[in-house]
Amino acid sequence: MDMHDTLYLGEGALLRTHTSPVQMRTLQKYPPPIRILAPGTVFRRDPFDASHAPAFVQIEGLAVDEGISFVDLKATLTLFARRFFGSTTRTRFRPSYFPFTEPSAEMDVECRLCGGVGCSACKGTGWMEIMGSGMVHPSVLESAGIDSERYTGWAFGMGPARIAMLRYGLPDIRLLYDSDVRFLEQVAE
Amino acid sequence: MNASVSWLNAFADTPKTAAELRDLLTAHTATVEEMIALRDDLAPIVIAKVVEEAPHPDSDHLHITKVDMGTGELLDVVCGAPNVTAGKFYPFAPTGTTLPGGLTIQKRKIRGHTSNGMLCSARELGLGEDQDGIMELDVDVAPGTPLLSAMPIGDTKLVVDVLPNRPDLLSHLGLAREIAAVSTSEMHLPDIGVSGIEIPEAKRFRRAGNAGGIVLHLEDARLASRYMGIVIRGVTVGASPQWLVDRLAAVGSRSINNVVDATNYILHELGQPVHAFDLTSVDPEPKMPEKTIVVRSAKDGETLVTLDGVTRKLTPEMTVIADSVRPIALAGVMGGQETEVGVGTKDIFVEVATFEPVHTRRTRRAAGLSTDASYRFERGVDVAVAPRALSRVAALIISLAGGEVPHEPVDLYAREERRAPIVLRTSRVAKVLGVTLEPTRIATLLHSIGCSADVEAGGAAIHVLAPTWRRDLVAEVDLIEEVARLHGYDALPDTIQPYRPGTSSDAPLWTEAAKLRDALSGAGLLEARPTPFVAGGDEHVRVLNPLAENEAHLRRSVLETLARRAEYNLTHMQGNVRLYEIGSAFEKGVDALPDESVRVALLVMGDREPAHFTNAKPAQIDAWDAKGLAELVARTAGYANAELVAGDGTAGAGPSLRSGRQVDPSLAHVLWNVVVDGETIGHVSRVELDAPVWASPAFGVELMLGRMPNGDIAPPGEHAHSEPAPPAPRAVPKYRPLPVTPASEFDLALLVPDNVRAADVERVIREAAGDLLERLVAFDVYEGAGVDAGHRSVAWRLTLRHPERTLRDKEIEGRRAKILSALQSELNVRQRST
Repeated sequence: MDMHDTLYLGEGALLRTHTSPVQMRTLQKYPPPIRILAPGTVFRRDPFDASHAPAFVQIEGLAVDEGISFVDLKATLTLFARRFFGSTTRTRFRPSYFPFTEPSAEMDVECRLCGGVGCSACKGTGWMEIMGSGMVHPSVLESAGIDSERYTGWAFGMGPARIAMLRYGLPDIRLLYDSDVRFLEQVAE
Repeated sequence: MNASVSWLNAFADTPKTAAELRDLLTAHTATVEEMIALRDDLAPIVIAKVVEEAPHPDSDHLHITKVDMGTGELLDVVCGAPNVTAGKFYPFAPTGTTLPGGLTIQKRKIRGHTSNGMLCSARELGLGEDQDGIMELDVDVAPGTPLLSAMPIGDTKLVVDVLPNRPDLLSHLGLAREIAAVSTSEMHLPDIGVSGIEIPEAKRFRRAGNAGGIVLHLEDARLASRYMGIVIRGVTVGASPQWLVDRLAAVGSRSINNVVDATNYILHELGQPVHAFDLTSVDPEPKMPEKTIVVRSAKDGETLVTLDGVTRKLTPEMTVIADSVRPIALAGVMGGQETEVGVGTKDIFVEVATFEPVHTRRTRRAAGLSTDASYRFERGVDVAVAPRALSRVAALIISLAGGEVPHEPVDLYAREERRAPIVLRTSRVAKVLGVTLEPTRIATLLHSIGCSADVEAGGAAIHVLAPTWRRDLVAEVDLIEEVARLHGYDALPDTIQPYRPGTSSDAPLWTEAAKLRDALSGAGLLEARPTPFVAGGDEHVRVLNPLAENEAHLRRSVLETLARRAEYNLTHMQGNVRLYEIGSAFEKGVDALPDESVRVALLVMGDREPAHFTNAKPAQIDAWDAKGLAELVARTAGYANAELVAGDGTAGAGPSLRSGRQVDPSLAHVLWNVVVDGETIGHVSRVELDAPVWASPAFGVELMLGRMPNGDIAPPGEHAHSEPAPPAPRAVPKYRPLPVTPASEFDLALLVPDNVRAADVERVIREAAGDLLERLVAFDVYEGAGVDAGHRSVAWRLTLRHPERTLRDKEIEGRRAKILSALQSELNVRQRST
């Protein structure tokens, strides 16, 4: 994060750029089993355009307990995708890199617009990225005082605006902010 | 990272299609974001079949043909190629197509015969030099099939998203290694015509060594962990062969000359940046018996004209390559113009170095110049690839430009890195991944990416030594990730299993917000989520580096932004606006940290309900609707004892909920304050909008839900945010026996002075009526003829009931008199005489 990404208020204060501290504080404060969802508004110095907004909600999830594995991560996120996008939704997991998880994975769902055939929205891949995830890095658990040999965990982070765009087929993220009542009535479920 | 599909395939025995490579890399290694066919200009070319062929009656070399391009009708095409044959397939440019050379095909007459399009030669399509005639295609496809989809024509560029932990993937070698690993195939370096060219082995020194007429010095080993160099004499600088030009073009690099292209080729192939200097212009007047090249920090006052023609002032944080008098290159970033290899260059010095990431970053930042080389050095170049890169680039230069190596190369390499083996427990793999993999399977997967992996007897652990190019593999968990991705994330099961309940409870603010959403959405309002930025002014918290001046401040109330959203709707001719938002507002705090509070706000205007045949002209939303919503909000938010106290109605009295300071004079005319235990936590207001004349009045409600404490950063183990408070005990409704006695009703029409509030009238009536009063409703308000000026007539209906017996007329009359006398004496309210 530098001056280009962050909105500053001066004297060392800034508008939060991510919600990850909630995960760390929870790990420090509560003993396993831990299961949390941490939603929050975050701010980035991104000019408003079709796919970026300067303020948006992030939702992070964290589960730490004995016996939690990558299979649980995959199963949980896949279950979410099927509940959210429909029971036949295909998902895929791609290797990725985040400092606080390993193995790390990016989850894609089948492109909502072309049904996986490939179109301009998914750059011909047939897939849309919806969240980053991974197994909590052992050093994260250790620094919170949790025995990483005994406990394992997974974490994810996603932007609800992005999945709302996929769910409703929105071409422009600004629709979510304009608050046009005709749009809001369309998507009131 | 841009990769060429044909280049990647040159590493393999069996080529793969672009899509296969994309899918393999994305599934196992790094995401391929885009696949760009580099010959998209051939998209309009289709495969056509020549159905009939006859010689042109008026020409000795032209042919008249009938061509099937899949449109259902045969086209007349005149063709001059000697090899055109009926029954064969050729690339066909329909009329309107523009060929790579710029020629647009028109329908035209050639010696009296119409020609509708053109059968193309390889040269006309930019696919080769074959001029024997048109390009005969050995395919079996339906006429009309696009040429590109039927033939492997032209290279494809893959845009690979290489993440910061994998600098080894910033080369075709790195990607080819992965492709071989995940497709269990062999990999070899591409054949570039250098077999048989022997380059002497480099001689190793610590800090300085003679490469033949030039002595290399590594002044500070922290600047470069390795510095290799070779002198090649007698090269002939010229144009590069087409294959080299094509490969570089595929990765977005322009051909310059054979020597420079060879260095760029090695960068993209092996990930090792290489730089060639014109040896004659290096140290032209040496101070020592031989020329000198030194790796050192730049000095203040030095300047260098880099290859891009820019004169750069150097600073000590930059690392440079210098001769005995002056800097000649920005180390790891860009060469200098004075030592550029050009047409007249005969002797060259080729540098193959491993510059340190930190110093390259400093040099790049100070110079403000990022290049393919600096990008790789900053992320880390494999120190072990340098000798291989040196002999390969030297051999390539000699094969392309001639020349000879009169002296063995120099290798300044002080310390060889020893890497510790990593112990990988198979039980840990199973624990993290949730599946049990055979130890031999794990070892095979790690082998495939260049690790040595020895399975311990019994298979409990595997001792792993990572290859030099994988500096990111240092801990057991790093290897588990390798195993997972090589095995394939998609190959792992996704069976859902139950979780144990967690030890932390839901945040009260969040559960409250969820209830409010249910209540307000249920009441027909729409949830809005605008950003909290406003144009604002001095009273607002300012963002130091805003994106735009009209959003340079943080809102002080949620209603502020809802008002802007209502205006947005009005400009789109939407006058029925019912919006709510649960979000943060910000007030200036004691220091730079603002006081953030979470509020619920709503704004309503327009028709109270949709038009319907029972009610063609619905009434407009009024203040009472807003008041009702405020009561709903207060009740839902858990403020059971909230009171709505009428505001003084003065314009601009809308207080900020936090500080008591005025929010926005134009915004809020407070109609009621929401008061809980003496504290104002919200208000109902009339909202002034920048609205067209047809718009109906707007009303707003805003209520405080909670505050974000601004403690110092909490120490480890402490929670930075508010503790979840135990929910307040809810009052349980108690049964009261249903009435068995009759009720009595009577009405009071009261003349109320304008300065007396109905709420006060109600209070006095209740006090005077006592326990017998069961219900009290103000059912009519009237002002105008027959009512004294400065007054209004308010009609109340009272319902009285005794729990055990029927009330007598005398008792009711007594109450009535008592109420009227109390109203008269306390409020100067009289009964209206009609």
